Amino acid sequence: MKVLLRYSSVTSKEPHIAKVILETNAMINIVRANVSPMGGETVLDVSDDKCEKVVALFRSRGVEVVLLPAPILLDEKRCGQCGACVAICPAEVFSFDHDWRVRLDGAQCIQCGACIAACPFAALSIME
Amino acid sequence: MGEKTFTEINERIRDGSVSVVTADRMTELVKELGPEEAAREVDVVTTGTFGAMCSSGVFLNFGHADPPIKMQKVWLNDVEAYTGVAAVDAYLGATQLSESRGMEYGGAHVIEDLASGKPVELRATAYGTDCYPRKEIETTITLEDLNQATMLNPRNAYQRYRVATNSTDRTLYTYMGTLLPNYRNATFSGAGSLSPLFNDPDYETIGIGSRIFLCGAPGYIIGEGTQHEPVNHFGTIMVQGNLKKMSTEFLRAAIFHKYGTTLYVGLGIPIPVLNEGIARKTGISDAEIITEVLDYGVARRSRPVLRKVSYEELKSGSIEINGKEVRTSPLSSYFMAKKVAEELKAWIDKGGFMLTPPAERLPGATVFKPMKQTNELPLVKDVMISGDRVVTINEAASIEEAAQVMIEGQFTHLPVLSDEEKLVGIVTAWDISKAVANSYSRLKEIMTRNVITTDPDEPLAIVIRKMERYNISALPVIDRSGKVRGLVTSELINKLLGVRRRQ
Repeated sequence: MKVLLRYSSVTSKEPHIAKVILETNAMINIVRANVSPMGGETVLDVSDDKCEKVVALFRSRGVEVVLLPAPILLDEKRCGQCGACVAICPAEVFSFDHDWRVRLDGAQCIQCGACIAACPFAALSIME
Repeated sequence: MGEKTFTEINERIRDGSVSVVTADRMTELVKELGPEEAAREVDVVTTGTFGAMCSSGVFLNFGHADPPIKMQKVWLNDVEAYTGVAAVDAYLGATQLSESRGMEYGGAHVIEDLASGKPVELRATAYGTDCYPRKEIETTITLEDLNQATMLNPRNAYQRYRVATNSTDRTLYTYMGTLLPNYRNATFSGAGSLSPLFNDPDYETIGIGSRIFLCGAPGYIIGEGTQHEPVNHFGTIMVQGNLKKMSTEFLRAAIFHKYGTTLYVGLGIPIPVLNEGIARKTGISDAEIITEVLDYGVARRSRPVLRKVSYEELKSGSIEINGKEVRTSPLSSYFMAKKVAEELKAWIDKGGFMLTPPAERLPGATVFKPMKQTNELPLVKDVMISGDRVVTINEAASIEEAAQVMIEGQFTHLPVLSDEEKLVGIVTAWDISKAVANSYSRLKEIMTRNVITTDPDEPLAIVIRKMERYNISALPVIDRSGKVRGLVTSELINKLLGVRRRQ
């Protein structure tokens, strides 16, 4: 499961992620991180078995957590079914079904944003 | 078997006995039954394509205001339309960009907004005449308010298109979409076996006056498209249709990131199966349609062809380029192309769409000529500092030595060479100042290693673009072996352009 962490400038001095990993032994991958003077945002890929525990621990440490069950959103009404997203995605999120309709497997998404710029119809957006 | 005629086929459409199949189904039928039997079974093959067709637009007539105006300039939602045709006529092109929103919104978006019934802001200016005294007008219009809204697309339905990929180490933003560095992706366009022009490659049944499917409404081929190049299977058509009858399902505004706006057009042509020969041609498969993969990293008219490839391979999801597996993405929609062909089939099945024999066939032997350029910018070799006048320095040199060489030769840029005389860096007068300020001593510590270079045969237009993009003022000129042959600077180019302007 992908989760988005938001910290304020006060709490971000703490090594939250390291501490949560040590405490839970969860397998965590940092997918995307964005740190600014105003605070920070990090997207993590957390192993499903420990996800609940990890989320609770972050929250208890004062970190805002947003669950991202579908990190990338496709607006079917806008989609032109072209497939410009297919080869640009490093995580192979997009594919065609037997009718040549674009399908996505959001679980693989690392929220890099490449597909959003590549979509001619502005049909894709990042869930945050 | 004998020939069928348009009249006979239209009779069958009228009495409901016509047999229509989509072009992909025809490919299977010809394979199963052979062309002779397929020609007996099938009367009409419907084709379809749905892709970015930049050369598209609409002629609009706004009607007369009171007091009347002879528009000299007109904008629709801040997108300029061409109004050098009478007082209140204008042509709005799909790729024209908004003057306030840039690439976010363009002519294609105005066309889609009109087609979906949305109100559009109109603004026009004029110089005023005795018969048209008004000098400006602002109003809001919808599609319904227009007298005519005629889609007229100068170049649509390319028979096939070339595949785009990128050999350079930089992402490119093109009309073929975003091309990742080092062949990380390839993009293609075209409907393969559903391609309208590939199902009648010799234009035996289609031409001026052929009735077609255009964006969900009946339309017509009105001639060869611009850049029509049948000898190389790059045929195109010019088409027209009534925007008021079109559907936004088959007409979509689109944006190619950092390139501009375009219009996705759904277009289908019915091919009458008049004889066995036409049946054979409509039996074409993706595997038989071959196109070329081009390196868009070379910003010239003739881009290098990396290989030939079939639409079957392109649709498999990856192709091999220079030993590397490269993932492919279509930019046109095969799903929508199929939908166009099916919709057109449904119209004919229902008896509501008759076929028209061409009043004149499309030319079959024209070539697409390059632009005649009378005031061409010269090449790098025409302006570069070369021979003995090029001063370089060895990478082992000290900063003082480099500063000395610059002062002696009055240069601000020094290419840095290895012992093997290969270019390994560049150092500028600015780098030297930084080195002094930060107390560095070796050239190696301060030189720029990732040097942007040019070659003697590169046009200056491309060098100027590189200078702007990387914010640099000089480029070493290197030959194929990596040896420095010269230096080209912005100062030299400015001098040249200055002389030209004064002439």
